[in-house]
Amino acid sequence: MAVTEAEVRERREGYESSRLGMWIFLATEILLFGGLFCAYAVYRSNHPEIFVYAHRFLSKTLGGINTIVLICSSFTMAWAVRAAQLGERRRLVALLAITIFCGLCFLGIKGIEYQQKWRHGLLWGERYHPVEHEKNGAAGTPAAIQMPPVSSDPNRSFLPLAAEGPRGLAPESSKPAPGGADAEPVPKNVQTFFGIYFAMTGLHAVHVIAGMILIGVMLVRAIRREFSPTDFTPVDNVGLYWHLVDVIWIYLFPFLYLIR
Amino acid sequence: MSTAENYLTHSSGIRSWLLTRDHKRIGILYLISIMSSFFLGGISALLIRTELLTPNHALMSPEAYNKMFTLHGAVMIFLFVIPGVPATLGNFFLPIMLGAKDVAFPRLNLASWYLYVFGALFALASIVMGGVDTGWTFYTPYSVITNTSVVALTAGAFILGFSSILTGINFVVTIHKLRPDWMTWFKMPLFLWSLYATAIIQILATPVLGITLLLLILERTLGIGIFNPALGGDPVLYQHFFWFYSHPAVYIMILPAMGIMSELVSTFSHRTIFGYRFIAYSSIAIAVISFLVWGHHMFVSGQSNLADLIFSFLTFLVAIPSGIKVFNWLATMYKGSITLEAPMLYALSFLFLFGIGGLTGLFLGALSTDVHLHDTYFVVAHFHYVMFGGTVIAFLGGLHYWWPKMFGRMYSEKWARIAAVVIFIGFNLTFFAQFIMGSKGMPRRYASYPARFQPYHDVSTIGSYVLSIGFVIMAVYLIHSLFRGRRAPANPWGGTTLEWKCGSPPPHDNFAETPGPCEPYDFRGIVYDPAIGGYVDTARARS
Repeated sequence: MAVTEAEVRERREGYESSRLGMWIFLATEILLFGGLFCAYAVYRSNHPEIFVYAHRFLSKTLGGINTIVLICSSFTMAWAVRAAQLGERRRLVALLAITIFCGLCFLGIKGIEYQQKWRHGLLWGERYHPVEHEKNGAAGTPAAIQMPPVSSDPNRSFLPLAAEGPRGLAPESSKPAPGGADAEPVPKNVQTFFGIYFAMTGLHAVHVIAGMILIGVMLVRAIRREFSPTDFTPVDNVGLYWHLVDVIWIYLFPFLYLIR
Repeated sequence: MSTAENYLTHSSGIRSWLLTRDHKRIGILYLISIMSSFFLGGISALLIRTELLTPNHALMSPEAYNKMFTLHGAVMIFLFVIPGVPATLGNFFLPIMLGAKDVAFPRLNLASWYLYVFGALFALASIVMGGVDTGWTFYTPYSVITNTSVVALTAGAFILGFSSILTGINFVVTIHKLRPDWMTWFKMPLFLWSLYATAIIQILATPVLGITLLLLILERTLGIGIFNPALGGDPVLYQHFFWFYSHPAVYIMILPAMGIMSELVSTFSHRTIFGYRFIAYSSIAIAVISFLVWGHHMFVSGQSNLADLIFSFLTFLVAIPSGIKVFNWLATMYKGSITLEAPMLYALSFLFLFGIGGLTGLFLGALSTDVHLHDTYFVVAHFHYVMFGGTVIAFLGGLHYWWPKMFGRMYSEKWARIAAVVIFIGFNLTFFAQFIMGSKGMPRRYASYPARFQPYHDVSTIGSYVLSIGFVIMAVYLIHSLFRGRRAPANPWGGTTLEWKCGSPPPHDNFAETPGPCEPYDFRGIVYDPAIGGYVDTARARS
């Protein structure tokens, strides 16, 4: 009897340890992204005009769909953890598979977005070479490029249109507005926005991939009947990780796509 | 030949070491790797000092000199001092001091060592690829435009960061979850408090270095533009990011050393530690304040005057918990029965050298003097007094203190004392001269210098040779002790913490039976037994 008591204690210790370890690991992940959020905050507060100008090249529709996809995947993941707790193996397998599928959808849509940016040269830093379009728009110009200019109505826009130029050694990289002289001026250093956009979403995508691999491992282990109502900690921990990846996107979406 | 099973004889063969999950063996693996790094960093330091014997380029070109000091800095910081105490002595003794069998995640512990080796290989690759000339801080924009192999070295540092995080997670979880019920937080040895504070910093600061170096790598490979002013990026942001990690990192280095000090001072004064709670809390206080002072590296980088003022004030705050520790150690020694074995000589060296290193930190934390002393040899001397005079000296003290426990052999006490004194003299010769020439305006990181600085440089260089003689002596008697040393008793110094209650070297499972409740730093009943050449606990034997 004493032996089993010690075993129970050891198992509980192991469970609690890995939970605590996972939470600490999530803290390190938040700080990893924290650096990028900090860079975002610094550049946005110093150069709001860049963010207001450049965010309109991102597709709110695709970003919104992706947000919904990820929230759904978090729901199925949470349900999967519950299924693991209750020992419902078939449901666990199905839910994990759906979660991976949602992750694939997310990456697919993200890929479409990246491809559009690539086509129009809307890339980071030194790769920023926006394709210039004719005033009335070439036939293949996507809607994203033809967004209306920032409103000059002072009631709508509280941000100055062209704030002071960037500090530092930045060269004069501003290009004439695609729409001609009557269109809004293009702020300098738009590439900064895309640098931050690609760094944040790229790092996030790497985390999505890592999360999917981990869920895949859980899926295989679930099929092999390795989990039981008393032994499901790995599913729980992977779930926590997946929720974190989700939460980071919940912040990225408004910060990058929904700027006014 | 003792027949008792211990962790060294538990199993044999190279696989039993490379695939081990035993925290003690992992500690030994770390010890070997870290001492190799120290050797590499030390050789580069000697080459730097030799080059500086004369004002002209005697030994190497200015380009080679730049690569040499970068190598010295990066290797010593990332490969030696940061993992130094936690990964070696911490790994070995943290579970034993808790009375546990192992850390919470033994496999993760081994993974962290492999990550360390992997990161070290990247760093070595950068040397093979021609070295890096940016200094260990990799400041942009120079690190973006230089044609040296910055990516390999920063990738190495990035990987080493993961290793450091894994160690930190392991230690925090182990202390929280594997502590026996009777051991409340305030019955933990103070070394564990300091390791806990260190682990918190490792966990919270290292990811920020990770993202910084990642962005730097992206800057060099893809031109992402976040830190590059030519693309509208902000190089000062890089400095903020870098020091947000790298200032707390100096507390990753010094806090475990302070933990060792608490053990050494108490044991060799044979007296209860004075102000236990103050020392414990001051470790946590240092960890907290460490996150709020990074801006003092950037007083002349163009941050706002207000920020300067706040960072300067917060920097002074660090002196309070540091001072609390030093005064408590002194109070512990007061009326103690001090014995001057080699570890205690290192502890006394620490008090002297860390005192100088800490107080000169206040000169640099003050805004007006910093403008004068910034980027001079005064800064170099200051951080060597803290990092070497503090951390490395305490590490050596800890290594000597726990050597008999780790390997079951006593080293030659006479030679150990000689080496301790030689190192103390050599260290002061090397670095005190740098305080003087720094205050006279000798800038750091230059291969040549005006002739009027030559006497100081020569004293410094000779000091570095004396220092290396001390280390050679140490290497000889330590290695000699492994083969010819006297068998160590379980408790050679009269220590009171749990590691002295298991055999030397400890058995595979650390304790034959789980140790019962005891007070750390309770020296009643600990008496010397000449028959076994060590101390025994008569109070425990009676009860």
